Amino acid sequence: MSKDECKQVVLDIIAEIAPDEELSDVKPDVALREQLDLDSMDFLDIVMELRKKHDIEVPESEYGQLVSLDRCAEYLTPKFNALV
Amino acid sequence: MELSRIVITGVGLTSPNGNSLSEFRQNLLDGVAGISRIEMRYMGEVLAGVCDFDPLRYQKKKEVRVGTRAGSISIYCAQEAVKDSGLDFENMSKDRVGIYVGITEHGNVETENEIYNISKFDYDTKYWTHHHNPRTVANNPAGETSLNLKITGPSYTIGAACAAGNMGLVHALQMLRLGEVDVAIAGGVSESIRSFGIFAGFKSQGALAEHEDPNKASRPFDLDRNGIVVSEGGALYTLERLEDAQARGAKIYGEIAGYHVNSDATDYVLPNPERQAQCMRAALKKAKMAASDIHIVNTHATATPMGDVQECRAIREVFADCPDTYVNNTKGFIGHSMGAAGALELAGNLPSFDDGMVHPSINVDKLDPDCAIPNLVLNNPIKAKRVDAILNNSFGMLGINSALIIRRFSD
Repeated sequence: MSKDECKQVVLDIIAEIAPDEELSDVKPDVALREQLDLDSMDFLDIVMELRKKHDIEVPESEYGQLVSLDRCAEYLTPKFNALV
Repeated sequence: MELSRIVITGVGLTSPNGNSLSEFRQNLLDGVAGISRIEMRYMGEVLAGVCDFDPLRYQKKKEVRVGTRAGSISIYCAQEAVKDSGLDFENMSKDRVGIYVGITEHGNVETENEIYNISKFDYDTKYWTHHHNPRTVANNPAGETSLNLKITGPSYTIGAACAAGNMGLVHALQMLRLGEVDVAIAGGVSESIRSFGIFAGFKSQGALAEHEDPNKASRPFDLDRNGIVVSEGGALYTLERLEDAQARGAKIYGEIAGYHVNSDATDYVLPNPERQAQCMRAALKKAKMAASDIHIVNTHATATPMGDVQECRAIREVFADCPDTYVNNTKGFIGHSMGAAGALELAGNLPSFDDGMVHPSINVDKLDPDCAIPNLVLNNPIKAKRVDAILNNSFGMLGINSALIIRRFSD
């Protein structure tokens, strides 16, 4: 999986958990919470969907790695690639 | 002590046959029921009353996803009631508004969904949603409504089995009289059709209705009735002290003239007509009215063989020699909307103060002789000589009884 593909996986999850948000202009280097109406429960939803849909575990101490799309890609791409 | 007079100034509802008071009322007069066949997890097809209001009228998609169906029903009804009331809601003190929502149960739907969800993951609880607790706390529908309407006064639910719709109104009246709030948003809601456990429980009890024609399945007082049709729905009202309503020139639907709540203390599920009769009599006493002053008795009857007969026995006793008192039932149209039932069925009858009509009990092809009480309005609406007062019965499991009397408003 490439980093761009990983970002799309995260965006697809956000589209489900925050269906009112416009996601076409999300800036990858800006914190997600600064540009989208996401709260702490939404981030728990992202963690849960990664677990349920992709078998990816994000320990609580590493939730900060999901702050932006770029950071998500950095953190999650190796995890996705380790699955296969 | 002179108690404040409490009046109804707004109505918001969703029912299986209407999403506004006018639509609901018209369908009750036209004989239009709203029961359908739905697929129920583990059970196959069951009959149910399903509401088709648009939750996105007042909620964001995320709020609908995160919240509960009961929350969405409650928000829709509350918003509609506030709009109907003509209150200047934007500019009023939200800490003086209370929300009192009657519920039969809450949390079954969400818990069943989550158990089903983790069953797909070998029952590993790490897949259990973090939304579970806010969804299942007993105050959920009221709490979601407070969030949606930015109401900072007391907001909570009243658990009273199927008497809960009336109980929401009774509690609101008490809080208004105590001066705890200036406006109450109150009534009842139900999301019960999304819980297989409710259906399976009634089926195991031999109390779940079945009929080849869904709209014929709920048939209180009919000899061939075979149980309850479970429905979702809600009705919330805005209630105010009379002087406040008059000061702002509010439209007044009616006045809560009397009420009573008591308990059978006899059985988990079987009704007790003696206590029901006591409940109605006590409500009349509080209203300072005679039985003959009531022109419509809206029954609780759910179409169980015993329940209907027992309530008819109680009504026959209390309303003997009342030639101008008509008796009807709303569940033939909409099924049993559980926590919403009392509030929703009252709404279906409130317009009688204006149009003088009494909506019928439908689906009565062969009247059960044990339910043949005087002035039972069957299958077609009738024009009453006058309608000045409505007594609304709602009873529930564990033997809770409620009777609410609404009087035509007169200064």
